[in-house]
Parts: sequence; C-alpha cells; structure tokens
Amino acid sequence: MNIVACVKRVPTTDAEAKVAADGKSLDTSGLAYMISFYDELALEEAVRTKEARGGEVTVLTMGPSDGTKEIRECLAKGGDRAEVLVDPEWLSRDCRATAKALAAKLGAMAADLVFMGRVATDRDNAAVGPMAATYLGWACVTDVVALELGEGKGTAKRETEAGIETVEFSLPAIITCNKGLNEPRYSNLKGIMAAKKKPLEESAPELAENQASITAVAPPPPRAEGRIVGEGAAAVPALIEALRGEAKVL
Amino acid sequence: MKPTLVFVEHSNGAPRRASLEAIGAARAAGAEVCAVLAGDGAAAAAPGCAGAQRAIVLNGDASSPDALAEALAAQVRAADCGSFLAAATSAGRDLAPRVAAHLDSVLFSDCTGLTAAGEGLQATRPWLAGKIIAELTSSAPVFCATTRLNVFAPSTDGGPGECTEAALEGTARTRVVAVEAKADAKLDVKEAPVVVAGGRGLADAEQFKVLEPLAEAFGNAAIGASRAVVDAGWRPHGEQVGQTGKVVAPQLYFAVGISGAIQHLAGMRTSKVIVAINKDAEAPIFKVADYGIVGDAFEIVPALTEAIKAVKAEA
Repeated sequence: MNIVACVKRVPTTDAEAKVAADGKSLDTSGLAYMISFYDELALEEAVRTKEARGGEVTVLTMGPSDGTKEIRECLAKGGDRAEVLVDPEWLSRDCRATAKALAAKLGAMAADLVFMGRVATDRDNAAVGPMAATYLGWACVTDVVALELGEGKGTAKRETEAGIETVEFSLPAIITCNKGLNEPRYSNLKGIMAAKKKPLEESAPELAENQASITAVAPPPPRAEGRIVGEGAAAVPALIEALRGEAKVL
Repeated sequence: MKPTLVFVEHSNGAPRRASLEAIGAARAAGAEVCAVLAGDGAAAAAPGCAGAQRAIVLNGDASSPDALAEALAAQVRAADCGSFLAAATSAGRDLAPRVAAHLDSVLFSDCTGLTAAGEGLQATRPWLAGKIIAELTSSAPVFCATTRLNVFAPSTDGGPGECTEAALEGTARTRVVAVEAKADAKLDVKEAPVVVAGGRGLADAEQFKVLEPLAEAFGNAAIGASRAVVDAGWRPHGEQVGQTGKVVAPQLYFAVGISGAIQHLAGMRTSKVIVAINKDAEAPIFKVADYGIVGDAFEIVPALTEAIKAVKAEA
C-alpha cells in the first residue's frame, strides 16, 4: 500500500504570537516549531497501517528547506521516506494553493491512502484535506476517531456534535485524524539512527497564486479588567449579583 | 452585491441555530441570502430560515458529503451567488472545503467577523486558536467561509418569501451509513451558550463530577475540560477546550480548577463572560476572567449550583 502522511511544521502551541512590523504577518523571530499536534496522529496512523497491511509510508510536507529536523523526526517514528515541497512562503500560502500543490503531488505519487491532521494548529482552517481530495476526485473523511480498512475501501467513524457517524469510503482516500484515533509513539534511538539514512527529497511544488490577501493581523482585543468578587462559598451571592446585574447573563 | 448562498442544517423540522447565525452574518454584511437545505425534513425546516429571501430544498440522498458538496456548488453557480457560507459545525467544516474546491475558491474557516468590502465580503478570523486575529480579503470567484458558533446574531426577519426545489446530484465516494447519537441529548461544548469547564484542580475523575449538577442547573450548559484532564483520561476528548481541542465562545464560561495555560486561554478567551474559580489567586486564568472567586472548588461549586437553581426557579 502506498501510504502518505502529510505533516505541517507550525509554531509550538506554547508560543506567544507577536505581530510583525508590517502589521500583516506573524513575527517569526524566536519562534520554535513542531509538527502540528493532529499531524502526529496522522503519522502514527500511517505507520500503524503499514505495520498491519504492508507498504511504504511517505512523509509529505510543504514548507521551508530548513525544516528537515522535524521531518527527520517523522522518519524516526516510522516514516520510510520524505518529500519536502519547498515553499519559502509556506507561512502565507493559502489553503487552496496548498491543497492544489499537495493534490498534484499525491496524484503523481498514486497514493492509496493519505493521512492528514484534522486541522493545523497555526491557521486552524481544517480545509486542506477535503479540498485536496475534491481536486483529486478522491474520497475524504474528516475528524476520524476510528478506522477499519478493507480491499479498496474502508469504514471510518467521525465525531460530530450529534454523535459518532459511521462513514464508508472508497480508496484512494484522504483521512483527517482527530484525537482519540491513536496514541502517537515516541521516537527511540534506533529509529533516530535509522532516520538519518532514509531518503529525503526536496522538490518545487506546483504553486497556484494565493487568492487570500491578508490586510491586517493584530493581537486579540484585550479583555476588560476583571475582578475577584471574593473568597470561598461566601462569595457566591456576589458572583450571582454580578452575573445578573452587570453582565446580564443570568 | 451578489447574493450569498447559505447551507442550512436542520433537525426536528427546524433550522439549527448555528445555521441561522450564518444567515444573520450574511444579512448583517448587507447580502441577500439564498438558504439551501437537504436531507429528510428539509422542506419542513425551510420556512424557518429567518432572514433568507429565498430557500432551495435539495431532494435526494443527502448521506454523501461529497455528493452534497457538488450539489451545493452547482446551486452557487446556478443562482450566480458571490459568496457561500456554512456554520462551522462538524458538517459545515466538512462540507465547506469541498464546496470551495468545486468553485476553485479559497476558504476562510471559523470566521468571527464578516463585513462588506466593495462588491463582496471580507473576513475576520483567528489564527493560532485566537492568539492572533487576521483580516482577510479574497480574490476568489466565490467568497467561501464558515462562521464560528455563538458569534453572529440570527436575523430577526421572517422566513423566505420563495421556496423552490432542486435535485441533489453528485458523485458519492463517501457515505454516512449510521449515526450513533450521544447517550444523552447534551449540547456540544462548541455550541452550548454556557460552558462549565474543569481542570486538574478538581483532583480526579470522580471528583470532577462536582461540575455536572452545575451544568444541569443551567439546563443549556455543556461540560468542558482542560487538556490535562483529557490526557489523564478523566474526560472524553470531545470536551477538550483549547488549541488542540475545541475553540469555544459561549455567553458564559466557568473555568474551575483550571490554571489557564496559554493553549487553554486561546480556546476560550472570546467567551462573552468568563468566571474563574481557583484556589491559587495568582493563577493566569484570573487575568482573562471577568469575575473570580478564590477558594476551594468543592465548597464553591455546590453553593453556586444551589444559587443557579434558585435563579432558574425564579425565572
């Protein structure tokens, strides 16, 4: 099986976000990076699928050419090879352009099964998976918490507000992975050593122009100063009074 | 401005509130709205689409998201709409990217603001789970976006003056074959107007349940949880609020025994009113809270529960 795990390098979730001098982008100075949380689930599911059914796991990313530390880490956790679509403008690439570039690559690779995170924790769009599948004419199931594969098809469970949906899909397919699907493994020394010898290829993506233009970015408006209404259970009447009288939410 | 097509979800013969909010968002930005509904009960729900000038009911099997997305994109073209909106629900966030791709248009997910810009719309949306707010315009043929729940007001206008039918046709590569409803009909943490959230300060899974009577006393509250308690297995991951969980914006958010890690604050800081209960007066959560009580949650929460019951009994 030709399995692909798509991963994105994003600022670490404990990072404070600062606005750059141009007022239109993120100040990246001092930022540390990680593989997006949900993409770790995608990689793990790809590796488990290979372990159960055979095949090869390609780790695919679009990003900077100096992002290989995080990609080697994915190889240490069980990816067999990596493909980096080098895009110096990766932080401002919109979801359509990203989806088109990934779709072109996935189609050329003739992938059978592609795993992505439910959402990247930087832009929070949750769009690239289903968009890429639509451009390819492939199946896509989003927010998946359980997966069973058959011959040329599969069944996934996805989490919705109403409950758990069971979805049947045909292959090739893009699956976006939600928390609950698996527990990602840690890399070990053997994996780290092996990763150094695994192939990592860089190429240029087929890029469409961005349609999205950023006109401004800003920190969220500060919240009005709050106050401590009191200590212990004795403060409850004062809280109720504040919620009714001032905040008018009761 | 060209009209906006809004995908409207419905249940029990009425549009979902989140979808009415999406219609309200388009109307407030000055657009006329064509509501599109699909699935069993769509015709019954169509007249309830407050603020829509017209409605289209798609007849046919709505169990395939890819077929439905193809049909929605066809309606956008047929009605010459300049924009497409859906609520940022599970269904909306699944469908909208597919619709956008059919229209070869970029998508802005989970928007917290929509305003008129020339002949079209522009979006305000959070990045990094709300640590940054971005203003975006689109040169796409169709402006496509989903609207965050509990942010936009539904329109106070009446239902559509005109309702027509069309066929739901498209290629199905995926199909929903079963929906296992939640054991209880509780609201999802993303759509509940009140969220009662707990963290590691509640000691263990059993003692966390001190929050349940408080949520029940509200009648419209959902339980939320910090990442620490979800990772510890006290609560299901569907309840997790934060950068690697759900981003919520309820009217009223209680953070009980949650210290306020930056990832958690990102997920709830746009709540209208935040109440923090924590024994540590220096906890970062108090910096975003409107009201705080310092002390033992196991004393405060039961007293608060009784007080909320009394308020609700008066109402």
